[in-house]
Amino acid sequence: MPPYLICFWAILKREVLRFFQQRSRLLSALVRPLLWLIVFAAGFRSALGVSIMPPYESYILYQEYIVPGLCAMIILFNSMQTSLSMVYDREMGSMKILFMSPIPKSFLLLCKLIAAACLSLLQVVIFLLLANIVDVEIPWWGFIYAIPSVFLSAFFLGALGLILSNFIKQLENFAGVMNFVIFPMFFLSSALYPLWKIQESSLWLYWICQYNPFTYCVEMIRFALYGQFNIQACSVVLGCVLVCGFVAVGTFKPKK
Amino acid sequence: MSITITDVTYSFKAKPVLSDINLSLKPGFNVLLGPNGAGKSTLLSLLTGQRKIQQGKITFTDYDISHDTRAIMAQLGVVFQQTTLDLDLTVLQNLTYFGALHGLSAATVLNRITPVLTQLALIDRLQDKVRSLNEGHRRRVEIARCMIHLPQYLLLDEATVGLDVDSRKLIIEHIRALATAQHLTVLWTTHLMDEVLEDDPLFILNQGKLIEQGVCHTLLAKHQQSSVFDLYRTLTQPQGLL
Repeated sequence: MPPYLICFWAILKREVLRFFQQRSRLLSALVRPLLWLIVFAAGFRSALGVSIMPPYESYILYQEYIVPGLCAMIILFNSMQTSLSMVYDREMGSMKILFMSPIPKSFLLLCKLIAAACLSLLQVVIFLLLANIVDVEIPWWGFIYAIPSVFLSAFFLGALGLILSNFIKQLENFAGVMNFVIFPMFFLSSALYPLWKIQESSLWLYWICQYNPFTYCVEMIRFALYGQFNIQACSVVLGCVLVCGFVAVGTFKPKK
Repeated sequence: MSITITDVTYSFKAKPVLSDINLSLKPGFNVLLGPNGAGKSTLLSLLTGQRKIQQGKITFTDYDISHDTRAIMAQLGVVFQQTTLDLDLTVLQNLTYFGALHGLSAATVLNRITPVLTQLALIDRLQDKVRSLNEGHRRRVEIARCMIHLPQYLLLDEATVGLDVDSRKLIIEHIRALATAQHLTVLWTTHLMDEVLEDDPLFILNQGKLIEQGVCHTLLAKHQQSSVFDLYRTLTQPQGLL
């Protein structure tokens, strides 16, 4: 096997092993979106109806509407936790070992991002399977179509997390990431409400949501789950992947 | 296979940490002695490319650390002061992970480490999680790990600090034997004077300056001291305190 491939598999395997060993992380990754789906969505189901809008071809229940947003939420949390694990690795010294490799730093970071994206993908698939149990029907081919969308979104958000990890000096500062990155990104997007509904209540909020790249991750996944391709969302996410990918790899500081 | 440090100066937030360091390490066991805060770890982080050189030059035979980092990393084994093992992975998983970062397959890693781990009395702990190992055993794993890719140079930063006498003895004897058998250029940094032998090339660092260098017994004769401890105290403590 070529050395670069051996290296890639090792990084992927390490991330997967660590993920499954941190049982609370695995559990919270699934419980969080399921709570939103079962409790939050059930409560809002009667209050919020969603009219016919692409990609849906008929009226849908609110539960069905928020599934793509919850998929994106899983990716967002996992990506930010990856940035936390980067900070942990830096504090514990594992990052030094990674960069003692003769393989280029950019390739190693790319492997880290791909590994994190694979973990996000895995969590999203498990969530979608569980969502089916609570009567949210996703067509089986939707799973297949969603894979590239989820992967691309995860890569973008992972790269964003990597950029943020440059600014996080200690593990304790992660609470700031929750308050200033995760929550604003999630709530100021189309994850919970369609943009036209937000526009009806507040125009400035609508514009913020329009300029939030996370909105496009949600929409790309939403369309993909129903076998459709949203070219605008895909272009925005792809652009973010390229910009954040280059910035993340170029600016990463292995040592504080 | 030599390491040459030429006119290296390094400052951290305008505070000088290393000043005008010049030294050359030949194959064998070289000791860098200095008190805590002397700049040993900073020098090591420059040697390992963890920090960028601000002034001066570091070369590993023909390779310059500022330009040929990847080529140097392929030939460099390092044990850092702080444990860098993944506590949640097993000994074997840690070792194969490191081997893979150097492009080595798990089978190759296992072949290479089996004799080393046998020597270090760790072969029965391969499947144990690192978290369950004591500090001495973790150090031994790190020693085994730094040899996986068959390096030509070995840098060890206070590798025996905090270990019991038996573990210290086992590790230092193992490294000395490796240096001789495989003609490695070893830089052993420490503040523990009993780890220095009279024939060792000795470099004494204090307050960011290299204050003395030479073979230990030559330095003892030059400064008319009978032990490394006396030599070290004479060179590093202000005259008024002696």
